[in-house]
Amino acid sequence: MLRICTDFLRARGFTASGSSIGFTTAASLCWTAWLHTSIPNYHKPSSLTDGSETVDITYIDKEGKEHTVAAPLGKNLLEVAHDNEIDLEGACEGSLACSTCHLIFESEDYYKKLPEATEDELDMLDLAFGLTDTSRLGCQVIVTKELDGARVRIPAASRNFYVDGHKPKPH
Amino acid sequence: MPHVLLQSSFPLTPRMQLLKRYGDGVHVSILDRLPTPFGLVRSGVAPDHQDTKNVINQFSSIAGDARVSFLGNVLVGRDVDVNELRALHHAVVLAYGAESDRRLDIPGEDGSPGAGVFSAREFVWWYNGHPDARHLPIDLSKVRSVAICGIGNVALDCARALLAPPLRFVPTDLAAHALAQLTGDHQTGGGSAVREVHLVARRGPVQAACTPKELKELLTDCGVSARTATPDQLTVSEADSAEMKATRLKRRVFELVSKAVGEASAADAATAAGDRSSPQRRRDLFFQFYRNPVEVLRGPGGAVTGLRVERTAVRPDGPGGTSVAVGSGVFDTIPCDMVLKSIGYKSLPVQGVAFDCRRGVIPNVAGRVLQQTNATASSAASGSTSGSGGGGKGGVPAADVGLYVVGWLKRGPTGIIGTNLVDAEETVDSLAGDAEALLRAGEMSHGSAGPPGAAGLEALLRQRGVRVVGWRRWRLLDEHELAAGRAAGRVREKVTEVREMLRICGFAVE
Repeated sequence: MLRICTDFLRARGFTASGSSIGFTTAASLCWTAWLHTSIPNYHKPSSLTDGSETVDITYIDKEGKEHTVAAPLGKNLLEVAHDNEIDLEGACEGSLACSTCHLIFESEDYYKKLPEATEDELDMLDLAFGLTDTSRLGCQVIVTKELDGARVRIPAASRNFYVDGHKPKPH
Repeated sequence: MPHVLLQSSFPLTPRMQLLKRYGDGVHVSILDRLPTPFGLVRSGVAPDHQDTKNVINQFSSIAGDARVSFLGNVLVGRDVDVNELRALHHAVVLAYGAESDRRLDIPGEDGSPGAGVFSAREFVWWYNGHPDARHLPIDLSKVRSVAICGIGNVALDCARALLAPPLRFVPTDLAAHALAQLTGDHQTGGGSAVREVHLVARRGPVQAACTPKELKELLTDCGVSARTATPDQLTVSEADSAEMKATRLKRRVFELVSKAVGEASAADAATAAGDRSSPQRRRDLFFQFYRNPVEVLRGPGGAVTGLRVERTAVRPDGPGGTSVAVGSGVFDTIPCDMVLKSIGYKSLPVQGVAFDCRRGVIPNVAGRVLQQTNATASSAASGSTSGSGGGGKGGVPAADVGLYVVGWLKRGPTGIIGTNLVDAEETVDSLAGDAEALLRAGEMSHGSAGPPGAAGLEALLRQRGVRVVGWRRWRLLDEHELAAGRAAGRVREKVTEVREMLRICGFAVE
């Protein structure tokens, strides 16, 4: 019920922290329910260690399994993955010295909301396996409210990575 | 419980993936021929790229796990052979990379041992403190000009080590003997005399294997002036332009080089016109595109005096759609006192395992090593057969059950740390697919407990008097290096002789 309410409100352009002027009668029922339930989105952003404001991010792991997690605003997507024990490699620990935290945004809409990648990030991203038009390095993407509901995929190499087009013989 | 042995301690990802997949039900032993773990992260990654070494933290956090045993200072072929390892474990994974080099195969390449000509691998090992390269006859106080054949990232690393202000390396873990030569604290000399480096590439800027991040670093952080010997060395073909349009990486490389060369010419012109505001004379980095090395020139005493090169043109229609360099019949001589060959690594064969001499890899399908055939039978000496890598009786040979390969040894010596991640997934997938069969085979040969794994291997090595450096002993050496580094204001002060390493690890050495 709660989820439907927040989706409904978001669809009409109300942010999670709810500047909530001018909604329809149907929405008002949801609004009431919303007020009576303390959801993280309702609170103003506070310090990260303090039950801070979060948005939902869904990671699709290498096996295709989905993990929807509450991502605190201000953390990067690599940190959030590790906080939730999602298998996203981060060999250089976020210092733009590798491309192993490569993530693919499933929807171009969310990808477009991100601030542009720096040249340094693009230089590393150019080396990532399976690069797409909606690829970013997880350690460089900071969670903001606009990313609520974003779905990101961790590229699975073993499906189609064979050097020189070599294909394994079935055993 | 499956016992898996990983031969060589760098491949973190296979180990981590195995542990994730099997939880408590697996034990992994890792062998390294050096007392120190981490492979290329310690001996290959440049000292001023400390961030790239962060991956060591992941390794270390796993190494203390009860399911993992590190056995350093164990050389397969001398202390134990592959067949013995296979008898002791359910599976053996070969991951020992590529410790040899492709040759130029030109006159003058081999003088008296190493005289003036080294592979980039040897030079990098030298400045990174690898014990095998500690005593290479390198004396930078006698070297003014260096020609590096190749223009991949390893070539750039070498150029940076030679040209960057030495202060850059002081706080890093660059080996002390190399730092002494760069800075001039050397007993015999006054520091490095190197003033120019030539990156010699057979083809053009768009075919260069280096990547923008490393190129940008070399061109902007190192106080070098970028130059070409002739202006046409930056020309690109129509096919090149199309490729640049399609690929950001290629465009970036070309832009970085052209811009830097342009800035250096402008600075020269300003100085010539009497402008005194430009900084003091910088060191020169020549981008010698379209030059194919044909001979190393030596003086009467055998010392290197120059590299003779043939100018080339690039044809875009080579085999497999690659571009090839074609000689033009015009030759130049690049004056130099040292030549580094940075044209690729090569793997070495190991006794008892198939090896494809032509490609320089262990024949495999998805990481499962293939059985030896007449064409791929290895020998203890470096392979001289012209192996075709294929089946002896037509078709692909059967898998050599229980033997796997990963990394450079599997697919050739290219790619970055991240490429190995992807590669490891494939090999571990194959291993996991075979796990049941391997466990059953283990029961058949050793009874219900299966092969003895690490315990059996350690007992065997002890019996042979091998001084195995386990994780605890490595940590003694690690702490020693870190403490020595702290005392000198450096990240680490590496120990560069195996004898000294073993002594610090707590072994009695004569």
